[in-house]
Amino acid sequence: MTATTTATTLGGHEPPHTHHGMPASASAAGPAPKRIIIAYGFWLFLLSDIVMFSAFFATFAVLGKATAGGPTGAELFDARNVAVETALLLFSSFSCGMMSLAMDARHRGTFYLGAAITFILGLGFLVLEMREFANMVARGATADRSAFLSGFFTLVGCHGAHVAVGLLWLGVMVAQVADKGWRATVLHRLMCFSLFWHALDIIWVALFTIVYLMGVR
Amino acid sequence: MFGKLSWSAIPINEPIDMIASGLMILAVLGVLAWVTVKGYWPYLWREWLTSVDHKRIGVMYVVLALVMLLRGFTDAVMMRLQQAVSVGPDAGYLPPEHYNQIFSAHGTIMIFFMAMPFVIGLMNFAVPLQLGIRDVAFPTLNSVSLWLTASGILLTNLSLVVGEFARTGWLAYPPLSELKYSPGVGVDYYLWALQISGVGTLLSGINLATTILKMRAPGMSYMRMPVFCWTALASNLLIIAAFPVLTATFAMLLLDRYLGMHFFTADGDGNPMMYVNLIWVWGHPEVYILILPCFGVFSEVVSTFSGKPLFGYRSMVAATMAICILSFIVWLHHFFTMGAGANVNGFFGVMTMIIAVPTGVKVYNWLFTMYGGRVRFNAPILWSVGFMVTFVIGGMTGVLLAVPPADFILHNSLFLIAHFHNVIIGGVVFGVLAGYMYWFPKAFGFTLDEGWGKVSFWCWFVGFYLAFMPLYYLGMLGMTRRLQHYDNPGWQPWLIVAAVGVAFILAGILALIIQLVVSMRTRERRRDRTGDPWQGRTLEWSTSSPPPAWNFAVLPQVEREDAYWHMKRRAREERAAAAEALAYEPIHMPLNSPTGFVTAFFAVVTGFALIWHIWWLVILGLVGALITTLVFAWRDESEFEIAAEELAQVDRAHQQAYWAGDTP
Repeated sequence: MTATTTATTLGGHEPPHTHHGMPASASAAGPAPKRIIIAYGFWLFLLSDIVMFSAFFATFAVLGKATAGGPTGAELFDARNVAVETALLLFSSFSCGMMSLAMDARHRGTFYLGAAITFILGLGFLVLEMREFANMVARGATADRSAFLSGFFTLVGCHGAHVAVGLLWLGVMVAQVADKGWRATVLHRLMCFSLFWHALDIIWVALFTIVYLMGVR
Repeated sequence: MFGKLSWSAIPINEPIDMIASGLMILAVLGVLAWVTVKGYWPYLWREWLTSVDHKRIGVMYVVLALVMLLRGFTDAVMMRLQQAVSVGPDAGYLPPEHYNQIFSAHGTIMIFFMAMPFVIGLMNFAVPLQLGIRDVAFPTLNSVSLWLTASGILLTNLSLVVGEFARTGWLAYPPLSELKYSPGVGVDYYLWALQISGVGTLLSGINLATTILKMRAPGMSYMRMPVFCWTALASNLLIIAAFPVLTATFAMLLLDRYLGMHFFTADGDGNPMMYVNLIWVWGHPEVYILILPCFGVFSEVVSTFSGKPLFGYRSMVAATMAICILSFIVWLHHFFTMGAGANVNGFFGVMTMIIAVPTGVKVYNWLFTMYGGRVRFNAPILWSVGFMVTFVIGGMTGVLLAVPPADFILHNSLFLIAHFHNVIIGGVVFGVLAGYMYWFPKAFGFTLDEGWGKVSFWCWFVGFYLAFMPLYYLGMLGMTRRLQHYDNPGWQPWLIVAAVGVAFILAGILALIIQLVVSMRTRERRRDRTGDPWQGRTLEWSTSSPPPAWNFAVLPQVEREDAYWHMKRRAREERAAAAEALAYEPIHMPLNSPTGFVTAFFAVVTGFALIWHIWWLVILGLVGALITTLVFAWRDESEFEIAAEELAQVDRAHQQAYWAGDTP
């Protein structure tokens, strides 16, 4: 227990130790700083979420042609609507990035603006998706019509539900910034939120490809 | 107003059900009354129910597991008694629909609510101590995980009193589990209980994996981690990769049942085999989630009680991680009979046989660790040796089942039942009981009675062989699983032997209870004052028993594997390294929080409302959970400080006690 404590460039809450004159490696430094731990844990959560989506993707891939004589993807999907949805979601990720930069600069006004744009774009995406669902239901293409439609509504709906939860989360975070300011816990949560929001984009890209592009062939 | 719920949901006309639920309610009321009379509520609430201390959460997991062991074992006794008598003209004492619920509940409870909480409890308790740190990565989330698991357990047991449980077997294959063939609430109880506890397990996996990967004591590189931490890491990575599939699969079955979708139905172009594939993509890693930490326990126990470092540490780590990966490419061996064709079956058969190789490596490592060691035959090592013998037999019957043509004959027979009980009892149950007896003194500060521990082991050991070896034979004779009644009188003698075996296991469980009671009564003279009752090798033994809330006053500096063993040797040589030399600094510990308990309360409300289609209550439960989260998010204080003087005082007392007890 005669380790000498030295300041190194590794940073963090707990200073890394060196012993026998060896340079401190990552594992020699002891527990990682809180920010790293939280981000790491949230990455693991996102990975698990992607695994869950992969099960829905796999199911959709198997059931994609199982239409039970009902409508097919080619008959139902509207490429223009999906293109607009995609644009809204991708731009919302851009504004989410701006929001993170504003957070790093501790600039409240820009942060609120970025959050508002992200929220509106996300909401627009959801409205378009709900309209698409409503149109399909009106044409008799309901989730209980065929295995294909069950897979479609579940996969796309699960992504939509994630977006909705994201919007709720964003609202809460704006309230937290307003109420608590740039407190460490708030900063950590905002970091997790932006990871979450970008992950939804990644899932959407896969979804767009597999459901809307490959699904109409 | 109350959905499908009415007074007819109470099984008033079924005497066995009513007696069982009556006894259960009386037991629960008795415990609650006892706690109230003794005035323990404030203590329980402050120190346990709202605790975010990984050690206490680990202990509570194990308590849940032990209680559910009793429940699941009761089901086992009922099944064995039924099969011992229900031959020819005798219908036995259990009607078919009740028998079906019992085998479904037995499997569900034993895997999800006995084995899982036990394993997760041991990991929660031991991993941070072994890593030399003060808590897990997310302490409050840890409490949420525990209480969500408890919610699933509560819902499952509620089904005994209100409504019914699934009659579909422990994995609820469709189309039998679809609404058309299972219109009751049994499958819904099953699905919602497992969804809720599954979320808890997933969060627990993320928590522990983050802890192991990002929060080790200074100097503890990966190759210096105790093997139990390695196996816990593998197990938690498997949880992260496998449990989301379970959630998705159950979600799809729920959508089939609640919204009339066609994922797994026989009509609407649904595909029931899709469910079987998905559930085993989770299910096969699940058996490794359970067994890997038990391999870790055996590694610690064998090394400690042989007084030697583990033989082939690196090969043990490599074998663990190899199993971690291979476990994802063997799932199809659970249903070779699906008819995927010779090539597919061949691939999965070969992969299954390959997974036996790293397992074999481990067995040799344990044997070579004991070889040449001065082995102390305490109870934990009896379980370990019993495991090695039993598990090798179970592993070999597993390799036999991995041969597709053999599997076509043995599929769904009692041979399969005997095989997986052979590896789960011989592996997981022996493993968690070894861990329980090994770490008990660390958790409570006194050792368990050795004599009763050994009695328990021998009863379990003999009982296991009597109960399950006949099932191998019956499986070869062609007896299928889940039979409520059979016509072949030639089977009965073997089933009677199996029932006798269960009586032995019952004796083993009673011995466990007696061991606990005897040990508590005599705890004053079995106090572990040194914190190191077994001459341990890893860091958990370097702190006091039970450890202070902060585990370590100063984070230990790790310089090699078996860290504590070498610290002790060095300290003996230079006794100057006493506590006075340490520089104590104030530390911060997380505050207790009722978040987990309250979230779980709303999870139970929501789950119950979903099962009975009480939609307003569903909304109420979800809003309650949201508000709980918001209250947690808005709290201003999350940590409290412990002063350096307090740390120094407690730590020095422990050091003194250690050196006083150390009389070589």
